[in-house]
Amino acid sequence: MDRRETLKSLLLAPLASGVIATSGCVTSSNNSAARVSWTPLPTSYSYGRTEVEQQRDRELFAESYFREHELITIAILCDIILPNDHPNGGALDAGLPDFVEFMVKDRERYKLPVRGGIAWIDNRSIEKFGADFINITESQRLSICDEIAYPDIQDPDLQPGISFFTLMRNLTLTGYYTTALGFEDLGYKGNTPNIWDGVPEEVLKKHNMTYESEWLKKCVDQTQRDITAEWDDDMNLLT
Amino acid sequence: MAAHEYDVIIVGSGAGGGMATLQLANAGLRVALVEAGAYYDPADEAQRTQLRNPWESPRRGASTARRPFGDYNSCIGGWELDGEPYTQKGDTEFMWWRGRMLGGRTNHWGRIALRFGPLDFKRKDSDGLGDNWPIGYEDVKPYYDKVDKLVGVFGSNEGLYNDPDGFFLPAPKPRLHELYYIKGARKVNVPVIPARKSMLTKRINAERGVCYYCGQCSRACSIHADFSSGTVLVFPALRGGQVDLYTNCMVREVTTDAAGKATGVSYINKKDRQEYRLEGRSIVLAASACSSARILLNSRSAAHENGLGNSSDHVGRYLHDSTGASRAAFIPALMDRDIYNEDGVGGMHVYTPWWLENENLDFSRGYHLEIGGGMSMPSYGFGFAANQYNEFLGARVGGYGNELRDDIRRFYGSRLSIACRGESVPQYNNRCELDPTVVDEWGIPVLRFDYKWTQNEINQARHMQDAMEELLEASGGVLLGSKPGADRDYGLTKPGEIIHEVGTTRMGSNSATSVTNQFGQLHDTKNVFVVDAGTFVSQADKNPTWTIMALAWRTSDYIIEQMQQQNL
Repeated sequence: MDRRETLKSLLLAPLASGVIATSGCVTSSNNSAARVSWTPLPTSYSYGRTEVEQQRDRELFAESYFREHELITIAILCDIILPNDHPNGGALDAGLPDFVEFMVKDRERYKLPVRGGIAWIDNRSIEKFGADFINITESQRLSICDEIAYPDIQDPDLQPGISFFTLMRNLTLTGYYTTALGFEDLGYKGNTPNIWDGVPEEVLKKHNMTYESEWLKKCVDQTQRDITAEWDDDMNLLT
Repeated sequence: MAAHEYDVIIVGSGAGGGMATLQLANAGLRVALVEAGAYYDPADEAQRTQLRNPWESPRRGASTARRPFGDYNSCIGGWELDGEPYTQKGDTEFMWWRGRMLGGRTNHWGRIALRFGPLDFKRKDSDGLGDNWPIGYEDVKPYYDKVDKLVGVFGSNEGLYNDPDGFFLPAPKPRLHELYYIKGARKVNVPVIPARKSMLTKRINAERGVCYYCGQCSRACSIHADFSSGTVLVFPALRGGQVDLYTNCMVREVTTDAAGKATGVSYINKKDRQEYRLEGRSIVLAASACSSARILLNSRSAAHENGLGNSSDHVGRYLHDSTGASRAAFIPALMDRDIYNEDGVGGMHVYTPWWLENENLDFSRGYHLEIGGGMSMPSYGFGFAANQYNEFLGARVGGYGNELRDDIRRFYGSRLSIACRGESVPQYNNRCELDPTVVDEWGIPVLRFDYKWTQNEINQARHMQDAMEELLEASGGVLLGSKPGADRDYGLTKPGEIIHEVGTTRMGSNSATSVTNQFGQLHDTKNVFVVDAGTFVSQADKNPTWTIMALAWRTSDYIIEQMQQQNL
């Protein structure tokens, strides 16, 4: 399948004239990517839900909360936080704008901080560069992110932006690392039937750890796991 | 409306109700099992959450109102249920978790399966507080033994007086962070032993599978290798043909005749909202400590003006939950670790039982420590505060871009946490009672809670905090967050939060100060029994489930005997 056909794509909006008038500045616009595109996420899921829960999910998917402008801003921020220029892909490959949209709808307490945060970052962009965040250059965007990406920044004027950026970073990372791409990036091993038989020997060595023989006597002998347990009357396991 | 005639009607299908159902059905009695929630089998693909990847859910395992422990958690229920409120008296902040499904809250418990010890049944003898149980360890031991063999529990025989040995399956080996904890705990002379949990590390019968170490007991096991009441007790009981299971049926009250004897229950079928009755010779309440108390209080009649079994005014009193506190640390030695599958069984492989029994402390009763950490599967919340530990390395916290990937990998699995679970001292004034004005959507009066921790629990929490700091630092940890002080009651959890509420229908030999006798039989009404944790006189620092099942089995034997003797 041509991957491009599966992408969700939003056109960056032209700068609203009202914004220019308000800011009194004509620096602009549309000089970065004309489109922002991402791999869309499914809009229906099957994961052991009750009927009430299925209904809740359907309502969330049907709900329209973000304006297009907001969704583009989210996509651009996700892309800055975890770019696609990596062998394991990035936020847009992992469909993060769709994930963030869903989580914000699912968690009422995120709605205002994200909407307000986008308005804050637009305001900051207009003050500094004369256009809202999606309509300034990439390097201008990064200069704004540099102002708000670190919680140790003390400037009181920037604290709302720092809170917003932290929330966006949290959502982006959690969204990415809960996809197959993120599992690959982390090197996660698990979530599969196996016979756990302790920490691998070479790992124990690296950490200067050993399993004591006294402790191991209490542990399962995996060769006997399928033999039905029997005890004597003194609580000693015989099998 | 057809009348049904049963030998026994059991209300609630959790640990106590499941055990009573199995034992009474095995004895040939005709049993009705009435459950307020829906049917549930983790082996049913339509209900399966086990072994799903996070991206199979749109919220990646985040909590919801209906699954507060995450949307892959198997327990349908929660602190707040649609249409089923509860209220608080004064500034009480009681949290009441209710399961609404076959198997009840056994679908989400940590499977920590601890016997109460000899001291736990006689705490008044040690500290003069509260009351002794009318029975002792020797009365319950034969039933603990039978529960071990029927249900299955791994652990180790350590010869500890108040943490008795059992018929254990072998324990899983410790994970790496647990080895760090063992080393640290020994440095400060705190004991560590293998955890005791109801998961099958070895086969116990032909019906149930053997653990395949996905670490997801909280999602319920499709091969039934962990304990839940539905899979281990109710399903075998249903196969015997002696049991009628009524799901989505909310019991309003126990019905009684003019003489005050129980005749059955009335319930609302949640599907059609109609009221029905079942008739039975005996009634067994197993709806959970607070729900059973609520049913009794709502069962008012001319013969039982204060509610059924409540001539003593003790129904709902002595409500108590475990205490809890927790803390976590960053273990620098676990940075940049090799990544391998260490899912293991669900939750901890090692724990610390109470170790200061005879010490002179400024609180009474003990607590145990549960150990957490490891390379768990990413789910919602993973990556939040991704590089907060940079703070300890002189590097900057925050940022953006591909360097975050390195931070995530560097710190993955480098956290060690401890959760304490302690015993509180039961109080006459801590209670649930009927709210005089509020009803649920079925028109049933709801519970109102009135509960305050005492200085004893607060002092215990302070001790927990000190102990956790010492242990985490001895394990090579850098403490995270701040230590809660007196202004936050030392991080003491809210009452109800640990979901070990007990005591509301406590047993005793004096009918003026207790609700049931030692067999869970109401003093006031001989054909009504309670087999949930309501009968507990004190809770110990042990998770209640194993004792619920042992006592439910003991009560079942008593019911069978009493029926044989024509006393019921």
